[in-house]
Amino acid sequence: MIAYVLRKVLLAIPLVWGVLTLTFLLIEAAPGDATDHFVNPETPPEVRELIMKKWGLDQPAYVRYVKMMGNLATGDFGRSIAQERPVFDIIKEALPITLMLSSVDLCVILTVGMTLGVLQAVRQYSLLDNALSIGSLLFYSMPEFWLALMLMLVFGVKLAILPISGIVDPMFHDSMSVGGQIWDRVRHIVLPGVALGVAQSAATARYMRSSVLEVIRQDYIRTAQAKGLRESVVIVKHALRNALLPIITIVALSMPYLFSGSVLVEIIFAWPGMGRLIYGAILNQDTPLVLACFFVYAILIVIANLVADILYAVADPRIRYS
Amino acid sequence: MSQSSTSMRAKTGLVLPGLGHLLSGQVIEGVGLMALTVVLVYAGVHGFTHLDVLLARPGTPTFRIHPYVALTGWFLIAILTWYRGFRFAVPAPPAAGHSRATQAQAIWRQFRKSRSGMIGLYMVLVIVAIAILTPFIAPFDPDALEVGPKLAPPTFEHWMGTDEFRRDMFSRVLYGARVSLSIGFVAVILAATIGTVFGAVAGYFGGWTDRIMMWCTDLILSLPRLILLLAIVGFFRAEGAQSLFLIITVLGLTGWMGVARIVRSQVLSLKEQDFIQATKALGLPTHRVLFVHLIPNAFAPVIVFASLAIGNTILVEAALSFLGLGVPPPTSTWGSIVNDGREYLRSAWWITMFPGLMIVFSVMSFNMLGDGLRDALDPKLRGR
Repeated sequence: MIAYVLRKVLLAIPLVWGVLTLTFLLIEAAPGDATDHFVNPETPPEVRELIMKKWGLDQPAYVRYVKMMGNLATGDFGRSIAQERPVFDIIKEALPITLMLSSVDLCVILTVGMTLGVLQAVRQYSLLDNALSIGSLLFYSMPEFWLALMLMLVFGVKLAILPISGIVDPMFHDSMSVGGQIWDRVRHIVLPGVALGVAQSAATARYMRSSVLEVIRQDYIRTAQAKGLRESVVIVKHALRNALLPIITIVALSMPYLFSGSVLVEIIFAWPGMGRLIYGAILNQDTPLVLACFFVYAILIVIANLVADILYAVADPRIRYS
Repeated sequence: MSQSSTSMRAKTGLVLPGLGHLLSGQVIEGVGLMALTVVLVYAGVHGFTHLDVLLARPGTPTFRIHPYVALTGWFLIAILTWYRGFRFAVPAPPAAGHSRATQAQAIWRQFRKSRSGMIGLYMVLVIVAIAILTPFIAPFDPDALEVGPKLAPPTFEHWMGTDEFRRDMFSRVLYGARVSLSIGFVAVILAATIGTVFGAVAGYFGGWTDRIMMWCTDLILSLPRLILLLAIVGFFRAEGAQSLFLIITVLGLTGWMGVARIVRSQVLSLKEQDFIQATKALGLPTHRVLFVHLIPNAFAPVIVFASLAIGNTILVEAALSFLGLGVPPPTSTWGSIVNDGREYLRSAWWITMFPGLMIVFSVMSFNMLGDGLRDALDPKLRGR
C-alpha cells in the first residue's frame, strides 16, 4: 500500500512541473508584458528599462525560467507586479475562501448527488426516477453564471431573504455574537454554493444512478435478496459499497470543474477568492501571480486525484497490485 | 394498414408534415416535424414579405450574405421536412430480393427507440433551423439602436423586451444563436479531429510514445479548462474576426483530451484483432493502417463524444463571453448578452433571463441527442 501511494506521489511531481512549464511558455509566447499595463506609455525608454530590470524582465527567458523554478522549489512565489506585494500573502488571503466554497460544495454534491442517484436507481422508471432524470438533465445543462444571476434575482432582489455579495456582512459582522457570525457566514454561502454545486450534483446523480443500476444486476445482490435480507440492508450494505467505486473518480475529476465555476461565481457574488484573483491577474498580465495561481490549482487538482487514487485502492484491493 | 387510413396518411403527411405521425401515435416525431414546419412557415411568411429589403444586390451597401444563406437553407429544410412527411404518407415499398440493413439503418433503428434521444434530435433540428433562418425570423436588425422604448419588458412587439440602447432583445438573442452554435460546431469538430488522431497514434505505437502522449493529456486535464482558456485568450488579445478564430482554435485545443482517451482505449483493443494483424502481414504503411483501418472502427464513441461536447463547448464559450473575453462587442453571443444584462438585473430581468434560457435549451438538446446516440451506438454503455 505504501509503495503504491509513493509511486502515485512520484508520478504527480512531473505533472506539476509540466503545468508550470506550460504556463511559463504560454506567458512567454504572448505578445507584450506587464509593463504595458502599469507603465505610462510616455515613460522614457531609460526609465522603462530600469523598471524592466527591477522585475527581472530584461533577462532572457531561460534564465528567468530556471530562476522561477528554483524560487518556487524553495517556496518563494515572488512579488505581484500589479499589487506590489508578495504573491504568497495574496494567495494566503484568497485560497481559504475558494477552499471553503469548494469543500462545502463537494460535501453537498456528494450527499445530494448520491442520495438522488440511489433513489432513482432503486425505483427505476418510476415517476420519481423520470422526474429526477429530467431535473438533473436540466440542471446539468445550466450555465453557472446564469443560474447565479437568477438566484440573485429571485432570492436576493425579489424576495430579499438572502445577501447577494461578499462572505460576511460588511457592516455588522464584527458586532455579532459567535453564533450570529456563523449564521451570517452560512447565509452568505447559500447562493454561491447552490449556483456552483447544482450542475455537478446533477452529474453525480446521473453517474450514481447508472452505477447502482449496474451493481444491482449482479449475482451477489440476488444472493443477498435470496437470503431474505431486508431491501434497505441489501442496498446500503451490498450494493452501495460497490456502486461507490466509480463515483470516487468522478468526484475527483469534478474538482477542475468546481474551480472553473468558482471563477464565475466569485466574480458575480464578489467573493475575494482564487477565481477572482486569477481573473484580475490575467487581465493585468501580472505574470508572477498568474504562475503562482496555476501552481496552486495544479497542486490542488493533483492532490484531489491522489486522494481519489488512494481511496480507490483502499476500496478495491485489486488496484494496489496491478 | 387499410386503404382508407393510407390515403388519410397521404393527405395529412403532405399538408402538414408530422400530422400523420401524430395521428398514428408517433408523438415525438409528429411534434418535432410540426415544430420544424411552424418555424419554416413563420420564416416564410415573415421573411418573404421583406424579401426585397433582405436580399440587397451584391455590390450595394446594404448587401449581406446571411439572407442568401438563409434563403438556401429555407428551401433545403423545407425539402427535407416535407420529404419526411411524404415518406411517411407513402412508405417506400420493400426492396425486392434479399437485402440487409446498412449500418446506418441499424443505428437509426436503435436510435429511434430512445425517447429522449429523439426529442433531443428534433430540438437540435429546430434550433439549427432557427439559427439558419434567423434573418427571416428576426423582427429587427440586432444592432439597430432605438427600435423600441428603453428597457421595456416583453410585449407583443418585442417578445423578449428591449435593452438600454432600445435594441430588440429577441433579434439579438436569435443572432446570438448563430454565433454560439457555429463556434460550438467548429470547435468540437477541431477537438474531435485532434483527439482522434492523438489517441489513435498513442494507442497504436504504444510504449514510450503512448506514455508521453498520455502524460500530455493528463497535464492539460489537471488544469481547470475555463481558467486555461481565460489565460490564453487574455494573454493573446486579438481583434475582430481574428478573435473569433482565436476562440474557436483555443476551444478546440483544450477540448480534445476526452476523445483522445476513448480512441486510445478503442485502438488498444482493436490492435489485437485479426484484421489489424493482417494489415501488418500485408505490409501496409502505418498511415494506411491508422486512417483506413483503425480510426473508422473506433469512430462510434467519437460521434457520441462530439454531440455531448457541443453542449459543453456552448457552455464554456458562454462563460468566456460572460467574462468579457469572448467574441468582441459588436457581435452578440448569449454569454455577452447575459453580461450586458447583469447591470440591469434589478430593473430589467428579461435581458439576462432569455439568452440564458436559450443556452439551457440548446445545451440540453445536444446532451439528450448525445445520450440517445450513445445508447444506439454502444450497447455496453446503455443506461449510463
